[in-house]
Amino acid sequence: MAQRGVLMNQPADGILGRVSDLFFRKPGLLLLILLGPPLIWIGVVYVGSLVALLVQSFYSIDEFSGRIVREFTLKTYAELLRPSNLDIVLRTVLMAASVTVVSALIAFPIAYYAARFARGWVKGLFFIAVMLPLWSSYLVRVYAWKLILANEGVLNWTVEKVGLTPLVDALLSMPVIGGPSLSFSYIGTFLVFVYLWLPFMILPIQAALERVPASMLEASGDLGARPGQTFRKVIFPLALPGIVAGSIFTFSLTLGDYIAPQIVGSSRLFIGQAVYMHQGTAGNLPMAAAFSMVPIVVMAIYLWIAKRMGAFNAL
Amino acid sequence: MATTVRETMYDTEGSQVNEAAGQKTSAVELAGISRHFGKVKAVDSVDLSIPEGEFFGMLGPSGSGKTTCLRLIAGFEQPTAGHLKIFGQTVDGVPPYRRAVNTVFQDYALFPHMNVIDNVAYALTVRGVGRKERHQQAMEMLELVRLEEFARRQPAQLSGGQRQRVALARALVGKPRVLLLDEPLGALDLKLREQMQVELKTLQRELGITFVFVTHDQGEALSMSDRVAVFSEGRVVQVGTPEDIYERPEHRFVADFVGSSNILEPAFCQRIGAPEGLWSLRPEKIQLTDQSVTRENNVLTVSAEVSHMQYQGAVRRCVLSVAGHSLSLSVPSNVESLVVGQTVYARWNLDDMHRMVS
Amino acid sequence: MRFKRTRSGASLKLKIGAVAGLLFLHLPLLLIFLYAFTTEEKSYQFPPPDYTLKWFGVVWERQDIWDAFGLSLRIALIATGAAIVLGTLAAAAVARTRFFGREAVSLLIILPIALPGVVTGIALRSAFDIADIPFSFWTIVLGHATFCVVVVYNNAVARLRRTSPSLLEASLDLGANGFQTFRYVLLPNLATALLAGGMLAFALSFDEVIVTTFTAGQQTTLPIWMLSELVRPRQRPVTNVVAVFVVIITFLPILMAYYFTRGGEATAGHGK
Repeated sequence: MAQRGVLMNQPADGILGRVSDLFFRKPGLLLLILLGPPLIWIGVVYVGSLVALLVQSFYSIDEFSGRIVREFTLKTYAELLRPSNLDIVLRTVLMAASVTVVSALIAFPIAYYAARFARGWVKGLFFIAVMLPLWSSYLVRVYAWKLILANEGVLNWTVEKVGLTPLVDALLSMPVIGGPSLSFSYIGTFLVFVYLWLPFMILPIQAALERVPASMLEASGDLGARPGQTFRKVIFPLALPGIVAGSIFTFSLTLGDYIAPQIVGSSRLFIGQAVYMHQGTAGNLPMAAAFSMVPIVVMAIYLWIAKRMGAFNAL
Repeated sequence: MATTVRETMYDTEGSQVNEAAGQKTSAVELAGISRHFGKVKAVDSVDLSIPEGEFFGMLGPSGSGKTTCLRLIAGFEQPTAGHLKIFGQTVDGVPPYRRAVNTVFQDYALFPHMNVIDNVAYALTVRGVGRKERHQQAMEMLELVRLEEFARRQPAQLSGGQRQRVALARALVGKPRVLLLDEPLGALDLKLREQMQVELKTLQRELGITFVFVTHDQGEALSMSDRVAVFSEGRVVQVGTPEDIYERPEHRFVADFVGSSNILEPAFCQRIGAPEGLWSLRPEKIQLTDQSVTRENNVLTVSAEVSHMQYQGAVRRCVLSVAGHSLSLSVPSNVESLVVGQTVYARWNLDDMHRMVS
Repeated sequence: MRFKRTRSGASLKLKIGAVAGLLFLHLPLLLIFLYAFTTEEKSYQFPPPDYTLKWFGVVWERQDIWDAFGLSLRIALIATGAAIVLGTLAAAAVARTRFFGREAVSLLIILPIALPGVVTGIALRSAFDIADIPFSFWTIVLGHATFCVVVVYNNAVARLRRTSPSLLEASLDLGANGFQTFRYVLLPNLATALLAGGMLAFALSFDEVIVTTFTAGQQTTLPIWMLSELVRPRQRPVTNVVAVFVVIITFLPILMAYYFTRGGEATAGHGK
């Protein structure tokens, strides 16, 4: 064994070695350098913007000149509480809630099959089939429904072929959810939302179900539970955090969307559309800001409840 | 009492350090080293001196601070108090990559994205040694651990024992003066473990460098080490040769943890007419007779009742009830005449009793 | 094994439910591909009266589409680059050290996708208004990078969690300083996770429209071009062809991302 000192000599060490030594002695410095850029970015750009949004919502617009008055006032919030605006909020929240429930119903069999029974390439296929629409082509996916729901489109064609036209007509003649055609009704908007956000519901439920060991289901059966009982008493409670986690996405995404209802839907506004309209054509940025506080508050309440139900462990 | 003379030899850890330090420079020296994590005292004022060329074992249950101690020597942890010297040089604040100390990790920590030879050559790669030169040296190390034909394999393609040897070769290629081994045999099955014990010992003797290894397995510690430090709750409770530790435990903890031992409480000693004090008595020192022989010189005989018998393969473990206390001993397993409830006589030489400090 | 297999058959109802769900997710996209070849110009007639390839040629000649495509591509590339750097730094800090407030940092990074997109959009719009920043290429990039960071961050954190900390210690122990450890051990182990995160970030950015409408001003990215066509259709077949391109351009990186992380999971499972 070569006799060397305690301190090794490293020919290729140089300046980087000395900087490395410094970081070793002062780990806080390294942390600062690592965290600095992302924190400045998110902290300044994003949180700063949120603060700007909050500030903006306390400004108002001069009704005559149309200019933004940069003075603190609650006037904009008072306007927000008008019945017509509250209608928009209620409509959006109801839509988000029904989209969430139906997404969960459709997502469950997919997630359950993928978690419990799919193996090898089938599992991979399921995963990709959920990932692809989750990450991409938002606008194209909305567009696809414009094609489907058009009067001369594939849905009406199919309905006609199987002779269900009266059923669709009956649906469209219903108050509130009906309309002149599928692509100009809440039914249409609802279908698009469910289609858009379904993948966000599947993945967390699947993740929650993956964590249920098969032996636990066997134990339940072994102890005399019928499959239906096992589902109610074991599978569903264990999947619940996943469902809640998924519902955070479906709920939040529906609350904030303004493009889908613009392309497929009736002329009545959703929160996102109101925000977009106020900042754009109306030029009323304070009102847009105040309106966007609604989804933030709704989501904050929702997240607080979800956290209490243990949903974050399933994310 | 002939044995009591020796007890004071390693009376406190402090005196032992001074004694070793007076002779020659230690490879590793810990002086009052503590590592506290908030309120948790992982290592609490430990003094140790490990001479060059020694195979040193650190033995203790999990959470006793032995692994933290190893990590302090490697430089992954910094002591919250005390000083650490490696070959006489203080290494406070010296990062791991500047210490002539290398580690074999418990999970081996082989780099999954490199093949075996690149793993082994890593220490040379980062020193800027050329490819040909470092592969040649890495190959020599692989020959040392007899894995030369596996040089191009990926770590994931090796068995547990082979990975362990790759980790060993990788740690040795940089020619460290101290090799640290964290539970080196922990993940291996029994057969392989026994074989590796011999191999590690041989390797250490050939290389002549200091090995410091951590284990919770007392058999491993006793069979491989030149000296052993027994850890408990962040402190070193006893340091000594395996014989010292086994034959002459100084504390209840050591007597209990290393092998099994009968602890003779002062009150019990009084009852059976043994000399006063707190003693440990190893089970194999107790013999059974069927008659209460009159007292030989230095031999104690007590009447006992067999309260429990357990077959353990080569031996039977026998628990006796003596004056309301339990005394355990081993008898050859072919002794089948003992039955629970039988009255027997147990005898042992008083010299085999070892007085403990606490 | 045999015992397990007898129990692992899914009921027919479940199979039908799962397959029907997947068809619901993917049939509409297939329809887009079908419509790219239709000869019908004025309506969304189904089934298409006849099929033609001419619209691909028409799109190829359209400079406005090429411009929008180029803008989207540049934005996605720069936003992804920024997201990779920022996401990796944040992941390294959060995964490597325990420090006060690391939960808060995680939350902060996830916030841009946790809140509805319209909030992110209007927040940036308000900030630009208050700070008197005119809309430009960079205001779009700023918005995209903000919500792309979390994608890279999530991938990197997941990989770092699976990477044994003793790997980095082993490197330091063998004489590599911090930079060498980064280069020889950390980066090779993180690379595929970063690449996957980058791919997803690219797909997310290339296709983003909700935030972009608030930060683009008069500029036209490809999704904004599509949006205006959806609201006021001018040449439906051209839109159909562009939609097919958008699907392909965003699907490819996602498939690659899947491929990269799948390999990583396999080796991690193999280790112990």
